[in-house]
Amino acid sequence: MSIGATPGGPIAGYGTVEGLGIGKPGKEPPAGPPRSRLGRLWPWSIVIIGSLYFVAPLVGTVRMSLRHSKGAGAAWTLILGNENMWPAFLQSIVNGLATIVVSLVVIVPTAYWVTLKLPKLRPIIEFITLLPFVIPGVVLVFALIRLYSAPPLLLTRTYESTRLVMICAYAALSFPYMYRAVDNGLRAINVRSLTEAAQSLGAGWPTILIRVIFPNLRVALISGALLTFAIVLGELTIALYMAQKTLAPFMADIVRNKPFEAAALTLIMFALTWLSLGMISFVTNRAGRKR
Amino acid sequence: MTYLTLEGVRKAFGDSVAVEDFSLAVEPGEFVSFLGPSGCGKTTTLRMVAGFEQPTAGRITLAGEDITNSRPAKRDVGMVFQSYALFPNMNVADNIGFGLKVKDTPKTEISGRVGELLELIGLPEKAKAYPYELSGGQQQRVALARALAIRPKVLLLDEPLSALDAKIRDELRNEIRRIQRQLQITTIYVTHDQEEALALSDRVVVMSRGVIEQVGSPFDIYNYPATHFVASFVGRLNRIPAVVVDAAGGVVETGGRQFRTNTAISQSVGTTVEVLLRPEELELDGTEENQLAGTVENVSFLGSIVRVVVDVGGTALTVDIFNERLLHLPQIGQPTSVGFPPHACWIPA
Repeated sequence: MSIGATPGGPIAGYGTVEGLGIGKPGKEPPAGPPRSRLGRLWPWSIVIIGSLYFVAPLVGTVRMSLRHSKGAGAAWTLILGNENMWPAFLQSIVNGLATIVVSLVVIVPTAYWVTLKLPKLRPIIEFITLLPFVIPGVVLVFALIRLYSAPPLLLTRTYESTRLVMICAYAALSFPYMYRAVDNGLRAINVRSLTEAAQSLGAGWPTILIRVIFPNLRVALISGALLTFAIVLGELTIALYMAQKTLAPFMADIVRNKPFEAAALTLIMFALTWLSLGMISFVTNRAGRKR
Repeated sequence: MTYLTLEGVRKAFGDSVAVEDFSLAVEPGEFVSFLGPSGCGKTTTLRMVAGFEQPTAGRITLAGEDITNSRPAKRDVGMVFQSYALFPNMNVADNIGFGLKVKDTPKTEISGRVGELLELIGLPEKAKAYPYELSGGQQQRVALARALAIRPKVLLLDEPLSALDAKIRDELRNEIRRIQRQLQITTIYVTHDQEEALALSDRVVVMSRGVIEQVGSPFDIYNYPATHFVASFVGRLNRIPAVVVDAAGGVVETGGRQFRTNTAISQSVGTTVEVLLRPEELELDGTEENQLAGTVENVSFLGSIVRVVVDVGGTALTVDIFNERLLHLPQIGQPTSVGFPPHACWIPA
């Protein structure tokens, strides 16, 4: 019998429409072989173990922060009231913002120019930006101290000039994140065509960068900036060896001497990091919806 | 009076020569297409006019001014890209007004000009829309309006329809030509699509391997190709290997059958030549003077035409027949005869 030979009749090899269960919500499709209890349990076991791996230390830290001998909230009151905490916090914030500026000023024009005019250099630039992953922080800080502790580049004489060196070092540490964020942003917007379109309409380089490229890299720049900020807030090695009174050395000091306050401070830092990541996610999602 | 001239323009990227000795004079208001396969140098030539590439040698002038070494921003050319290149952070009105804003045009003038161009492209209600809210065809219209907003001396279009589907491409093609005629703007159009070039242009520049093969009207390019390349690139072509029998009388022989061309043949008697014929100039089982017997090998129904491939002594000839309701479609394997007039034959020198 050919298909459709009998109007409304069965289709050869397929049975009736009713037989397919179409339009009958109560009818379940045929089930596969039954799964064993163990088979059903093991995905859940992984979820539970994974959750415990992340949640247990947090719960422990929260409990620790509430066990101060002077009362449940004492660790929090003491850490928030610590006279060294807020200057260290403020200094870390300022360092973070300055690092973002240095990083953007170095990375954005470089990545833009490489994408537009020197695409062959991309692998070399990528390799250079990855170096902070390869060079340990302690090696970097000793190299910096050695280089900037003698003329003609004597920059470690004062606290503020050392801070400047540290900010530049932080900018270097942020390169892997910042470069990738900016590079991904540039790849997503067809830089060449946008630049050429703006040029043909009479725009010079400053106009192109400020009115065309930067606004279209907004999400990438914010992502890179927030990651940089998170790195600066938590960086210890360089700050310690450069004798900088930032949040991480303050925290290390607290951990050594005041374990309950340290737990509270850890949670504050944790919240700040998540806040940064949350902001990245929020901004990215909003931009994604717009697109 | 010529408006845009390219004189002996050459462009080399290292050892590789992209464009060689390119000379062309474009009249004001003329629509000229650069046609050729990928890598023939057509886009490179356009980019040299736009200022995005610097010629290795030669000279480019626009409205009497030497622009060979001027920056793109100083040339007064409007460019439309294949990828639209609309600024994603700006709405349609801001995109169109960008060039005017860069030139510090007063706001009222900008909004007037933007409104005028939105009317011209038929999208007056889309002023506040962002590029991601528009279809490909609408985006390309906006790109065209943006390029026209600055009242450029010349409009350059780099394969503007390549990213669009066939129906939209057709509509937009007509739209571009209508706007170009209305504004009388000198236009250079780059395409690899011969139909597009033939339908749009006043003149077509056919390019191959960086050099100009022929410059002419679409009619001349198609019917009187200057080179073997032009003949084979523009339109379909049949090639029949044949031996010259009578050079002065234009008689050749293939597979034991003689046929005549309407001009003398420059090659000597006994030489093997290639006779070139357009599929639409051939007929099946007709009354034309030249007839070659063969067998129908394939029949493709293409709507307005029926394409029949006939095997003539081992050579496959394509014959295009106009479709009509009363047409009897040839059957595969059916013996037939391919006829053509002497004037349809072209033997390259």
